[in-house]
Amino acid sequence: MARVIVDVMPKPEILDPQGKAVASALPRLGFTQFAGVRQGKRFELEVTGPVDEAVLAAAREAATTLLSNPVIEDVVAVRVEEEPAK
Amino acid sequence: MIRIGVITFPGTLDDRDALRAVRVAGAEGVPLWHADKNLHQVDAVILPGGFSYGDYLRAGAIARFAPVMELVIDQAKQGLPVLGICNGFQVLTETHLLPGSMIKNNHRTFICREQELSVENTATAWTNQYAPGQHITIPIKNQDGQFVVSDAQLAELEAEGRIVFRYQGWNPNGSRADIAGVTNQAGNVVGLMPHPEHAVEPGFGPDAASGPRQGTDGLGFFASVIKHVLT
Repeated sequence: MARVIVDVMPKPEILDPQGKAVASALPRLGFTQFAGVRQGKRFELEVTGPVDEAVLAAAREAATTLLSNPVIEDVVAVRVEEEPAK
Repeated sequence: MIRIGVITFPGTLDDRDALRAVRVAGAEGVPLWHADKNLHQVDAVILPGGFSYGDYLRAGAIARFAPVMELVIDQAKQGLPVLGICNGFQVLTETHLLPGSMIKNNHRTFICREQELSVENTATAWTNQYAPGQHITIPIKNQDGQFVVSDAQLAELEAEGRIVFRYQGWNPNGSRADIAGVTNQAGNVVGLMPHPEHAVEPGFGPDAASGPRQGTDGLGFFASVIKHVLT
């Protein structure tokens, strides 16, 4: 089964309180290499048939209408991920 | 009698308080269900607070696509008075009937307290019974209450007088320009994070000059919409 992966991130100019909370926790565990953290969302849309252009177009539309709010978030990627053969 | 609908989504918490506030103000409260496919001839609609659909995805994001919302959006564009309180405000920003959006409070904690606000626009369907600049105190309780809006849209809101309420005393969540509530261009759709429906009865409201829990500053919202519908 193939998947369409949609990545959504808070807009760069919008404060990301969750990312800030994670960033302030990292040094407590000794991770001092990271200057900042931003936290986004990854959606995995499962597709039973082949992923053609129509499916991708539908995924892009879903990404901008439901999966993200364009006022505060950007859709940074919509891509196909084939499940590796077992 | 004026009929004011209050929508219940799965996860809504303050629908009963909103219905009670409507009755206290002298109107008939009409319970509406998220799956309703008609608005039962109401004269106005309130989207109450709570955690519709568990706040999954984003606060208000899934409620925005509930069947009843298609009717609310359509009617709001034709002038139906609509008030969004807290989660209801978040739903209205998701519909884009109201500008901006809400993200987590800047201090990342849930707050629950009494909050002083100034009423900056008294021309809306929900604020016409207040005096311009009047200060009111009503409860606020939320985690995702930080109002965000782009520079361009903020300038537009300021220029058009569409900022209806501003936080006074302190800014409880980091909201841009101390904004607690806004309206659409027509003034029939209003949203705010604090809760007027929790400040309508002496004995159960915020502390006031007249005594502890005597505050009824929220009543003006409901009196305003009744006046608006009657005129």
